[in-house]
Amino acid sequence: MAIDPKKHEMPTQAPEVRAHNFSEVALGYDQETALAEASRCLNCKNRPCVSGCPVNIHIPEFIAKVKEGDFEAAYQIINQTSSLPAVCGRVCPQENQCEKYCTLAKKFEAVGIGRLERFVADWHNAHATEKAQAPESNGHKVAIVGSGPSGLTCAGDLAKKGYKVSVFEALHTAGGVLVYGIPEFRLPKSIVAKEVETLKDLGVDVETNVIIGKTLTIDELFEMGYEAVFIGSGAGLPNFMNIPGESLKGVYSANEFLTRSNLMKAYKEDPKTPIMKGGKVAVVGGGNVAMDAARTALRLGAEKVYIVYRRSMEELPARREEVEHAQEEGIDFRLLHNPVEILGYNNPDDPRDPKNGFVTGIRCVKMELGEPDASGRRRPVAIPGSEFELDVTAVIMAIGTSPNPLIKSTTKGLEVNSRGGIIVNEDGLTSREGVYAGGDAVTGAATVISAMGAGKVAAKAIDDYLSAK
Amino acid sequence: MYKIVRKRELNPTVTQMEIEAPLVARKAKPGQFIILRVDEEGERIPLTVAGTNPEEGTVKIIFQIVGATTEMLNHKNEGEYIQDFVGPLGMATHTEGIKKVCIVGGGVGCAIAMPVAQEFHRLGAEVTSIIGFRNKDLLILEDEFKACSDKLVVMTDDGSYARHGNVTVPLKEMLEAGEKFDMVIAIGPGIMMKFVVATCKPFGVPVTVSMNPIMIDGTGMCGGCRLTLNQDGKRVTKFACVDGPDFNGYEVDFDEAMSRGRMYFDYERNAHEEACNLFKNA
Repeated sequence: MAIDPKKHEMPTQAPEVRAHNFSEVALGYDQETALAEASRCLNCKNRPCVSGCPVNIHIPEFIAKVKEGDFEAAYQIINQTSSLPAVCGRVCPQENQCEKYCTLAKKFEAVGIGRLERFVADWHNAHATEKAQAPESNGHKVAIVGSGPSGLTCAGDLAKKGYKVSVFEALHTAGGVLVYGIPEFRLPKSIVAKEVETLKDLGVDVETNVIIGKTLTIDELFEMGYEAVFIGSGAGLPNFMNIPGESLKGVYSANEFLTRSNLMKAYKEDPKTPIMKGGKVAVVGGGNVAMDAARTALRLGAEKVYIVYRRSMEELPARREEVEHAQEEGIDFRLLHNPVEILGYNNPDDPRDPKNGFVTGIRCVKMELGEPDASGRRRPVAIPGSEFELDVTAVIMAIGTSPNPLIKSTTKGLEVNSRGGIIVNEDGLTSREGVYAGGDAVTGAATVISAMGAGKVAAKAIDDYLSAK
Repeated sequence: MYKIVRKRELNPTVTQMEIEAPLVARKAKPGQFIILRVDEEGERIPLTVAGTNPEEGTVKIIFQIVGATTEMLNHKNEGEYIQDFVGPLGMATHTEGIKKVCIVGGGVGCAIAMPVAQEFHRLGAEVTSIIGFRNKDLLILEDEFKACSDKLVVMTDDGSYARHGNVTVPLKEMLEAGEKFDMVIAIGPGIMMKFVVATCKPFGVPVTVSMNPIMIDGTGMCGGCRLTLNQDGKRVTKFACVDGPDFNGYEVDFDEAMSRGRMYFDYERNAHEEACNLFKNA
């Protein structure tokens, strides 16, 4: 049978419909499509896809089970190495990972590995009746700081080995960036809650409203009997550009804008937490967070949303599918544009004018690409005299974050680099014995799956460390 | 869930509560704050810690009923629970090396100023307190301040109680009379803190101010609480939740901070009205 050169399309809500709601954009494969897509897998011997996966999911094996129609068995295979399959199937940049190395991709489109993973996880969540069983305890206690992707992964892997794991979360809901950052239309919160419930079934204890570094310190965790600690405290303070006007009303960091909408549910009717809705919005940046912010602004009723990015489409770091979805929804990409100033209203005759201090526009300069810089990407250079203004009522800065400062300031002997990231070795071990770290707290803003990979590496190292103790 | 152990009305618009939160009670220091949510759908609001009882495991908060959330909170009674209560956040007030201090509190800011005054008193510093209110009905915590201050001056804007005028009036008189404070600590509305700084400037007295910007997570993640400091001719962005809430008064851009504080003014006024109507109809 000839192989279909193209991946089976992911059914989605129509762009003109989804631009006005917060329901999930991608609807997922049905059984028939999943079987057909699974049959595209060559089940090749060298399994290049597996090494492209940061958590090394046994990809050909799970796809083989899908082909057989044994979806629960497929789920169990994924579950051996990934604690968050329904999440990864949705948010991983597969085109740069597993699917990039797919043998099929040399000639055709890669197998839709991410779409199949999502199908399998959703099938399990809809059909599975048996709860995960907590394994027999090995008597060791491990504390996890933060319930984002790295922390949940580390917790899951250790719990499966019999460790008594406690996860400490600073916010009121578990999930970290999966609940405060990634919007409902890309990752429904019910899916995150379900994954957290599965971990609880495995015996993981989740304590919200505890800030490690403030409520309790790392040293106190050891005093409480925890024998190892994993720090997955995630992204910290948002970066700003240090251009004039960034303190005007209507200028948000993407973290703040998304937290208001996602965690605090400001997207709902009559929310308790306010957010600016409507108007014209400029989102500065080109990553996944920028796409999420732009598409959230659109769904909150903005009449026009711009992405302002200083490089070209080729360098745009967001997941390809998100960029395509954003374009379909009508987001206006202003590439090779760089903001130089945010403009605000100022009534010189009336300092009490309530409109004073609100954003009215953003001044940008056009850029061209010069020689490659340290990152290997061509450096954007401003074109003199090309400045112009866009009329906007809100500006959202999505240009990255620096690691969370709370733990390093209260933990003696924990070494951090010049950017504030916790320094770790290849096993995720920090400069303190028994203290491991991973995810954005180490690397600065990166992806969900790389954080999960780090959580996994640390879980193995913690197991080795405590087994040898 | 966190239990309301005690509740007391300090004046018709200001309420004091003691909340069961043992971990926070063990750690919180004067100048730090907590974040709470009243119910499952509620917003996160920061409130400064007004005292702790580590033995009992309770944390004292004092809040003014200004918006929908504080209205909802005020409708909770002793024995009832609030959804979330997390802290302590921010840096504690710096006390080292300060032997003679002037605490200036304005309105509900006095609730934050009180534990700071008590802490200096406990540490053996000479404490002068100047507390100001719009009128007699809004006066709070006079006895508490009396107990921890070597000298206390109470002011009302309209003269309906104690001395008539703003807090800067007695402050200026003291400075002119040659009082040498190691530090003046101003806690209250932005405009009051701005004028305390202006009053102290000619005398070269250091001033610490306690900022209370809009905040969401309070843990150094969202950046909503940012403010600008003028440091050595440079404008520097700081975050009240992790760098503050106390800042050098001479460096803070108060006009910007006050403007940012009004970002959701209309929204909050409507929400408060709706919350009030809700309780009226109930």
